[in-house]
Amino acid sequence: TRKMETRSETSAFPFLFLLHTETLSFDDAADGVILGADTRATDDMVVADKNCRKIHHIAPRIYCCGAGVAADAEIATQMMASNVELHTLNTGRPPLVAMVTRQLKQMLFRYQGHMGSSVIVGGVDVTGAHLYSVYPHGSYDKLPFLTMGSGAAAAVSVFEDRFKANMELDEAKRLVRDAITAGIFCDLGSGSNVDLCVITAAGAEYLRGYDRPAGKGKREGQYRYKPGTTPVLTKTQTPLSLDVVYETVQMMDTE
Amino acid sequence: IVPVAGLCPQGSYGIQDSLRSGFTSVKNELLPSHPLELSEKNFVLNQDKMNFSTLRNIQGLHAPLKLQMEYRAARQIQRLPFLQSSNLALDTLRGSDDTIGFEDILSDPAQSETMGEPHMMVEYKLGLL
Repeated sequence: TRKMETRSETSAFPFLFLLHTETLSFDDAADGVILGADTRATDDMVVADKNCRKIHHIAPRIYCCGAGVAADAEIATQMMASNVELHTLNTGRPPLVAMVTRQLKQMLFRYQGHMGSSVIVGGVDVTGAHLYSVYPHGSYDKLPFLTMGSGAAAAVSVFEDRFKANMELDEAKRLVRDAITAGIFCDLGSGSNVDLCVITAAGAEYLRGYDRPAGKGKREGQYRYKPGTTPVLTKTQTPLSLDVVYETVQMMDTE
Repeated sequence: IVPVAGLCPQGSYGIQDSLRSGFTSVKNELLPSHPLELSEKNFVLNQDKMNFSTLRNIQGLHAPLKLQMEYRAARQIQRLPFLQSSNLALDTLRGSDDTIGFEDILSDPAQSETMGEPHMMVEYKLGLL
C-alpha cells in the first residue's frame, strides 16, 4: 500500500518575476518600474493554483513580488504593508522603497532563512524609482533589473540580451512580458499567465492577465467510443424516490 | 546567557509543580525543539541589551539606567492575574507601539481556548493558596 503524504505546508511557488527600471519617454524623464510575474503556484510537482496573484500591494507606489513559500511571502508582504501604513500615518510622509527593503531584510535575517520568501520590492518614491531583491536569509541587491524564483535563469537571459537603459514604456513592457514568457515555457515551476505592474510617479497600474501565452491545446481527434461498443447483456432498473433538497452546479475544467 | 527552565523548579519545596507548570522532561529543558527557539525567546531581551549598550556608549551611564527604571515601572502596570494586559506603557517606551509583528497577529489572547480559573489565580497571587 502506498503511504499518502498529507502536506499541511502551503504550496511553494518557485516562480519567476522580474523588474527593471526604464525611463518613460512621455513623462519628462520620469522614472518608472515594471514588475512582472507568472501565475502558477505549485505543491512540489502538482500545480496548486493556475492563476494566483504574486504581485502584492505594499503602498500606493510600492509593489512587491513574492517567490518561495507562498504563505511566507504572503505574510511577509502583508506585514510590510501594515508597517508601512503605520509609518506613513506616524510621520505624515510617503514611504521609501529602501524602508520596505530594510524592514524586510531585518525580519528575514531574524528568522535565519526559515522564512522561505524571496521577494522583489519595486516602486517609486520621492527619491526616484528603485528596485531591490531580498533573499530568504536577509541579503539584498539593488540593480537595474532582477529576477527571482525557479524561472530566474530563463528570465534573466532575456534581460541580459535585450535590456538597455532609458527604454520606452511599450518596449519595456514587451521585454518584461518576453522574459516571463521565457520562464513560463522553459521552467516547470512557472506557467499560466503574465501579470504586469507598471509603477510611475503618477501611480501604479496592475495589469492582471496581461498576456496568456499558455493556452489549452486543441484536441486533434475524437476519442469517445460509439454507443453500443460494449454489448449490454442484462439491465435492471430500481427507481429510488428522492427529493431534491439542494442543488449546486460546479464547473470542472474538462474539455 | 541563556535561561534554562526546569533545573530550578519553581514549586514549593523545590520540586516541579505539575499542576501549574506541567510535566517535566529533561530533553525539552536542555535541547531546543526548533533551531530558532532560543534566539526567539531571547530576541527582545537581546535587542534591549544592544540598545542600552549603544545608549550607554553615546550618552553615558545614566541614560540607560533612567530608561531601565522606567521600564521596570511600566512593567508593573498589569491587570488582575487572569487578564491579559496590553502593556501599552511598555510598548510606548520601547517604541514598538507603531509596528506590527507576529506577536500582534498570532496567538491573540482574546482567542485563547483556555482560561485560568480567576478565583484560584487571585488567591495564588495573594498567597492565600
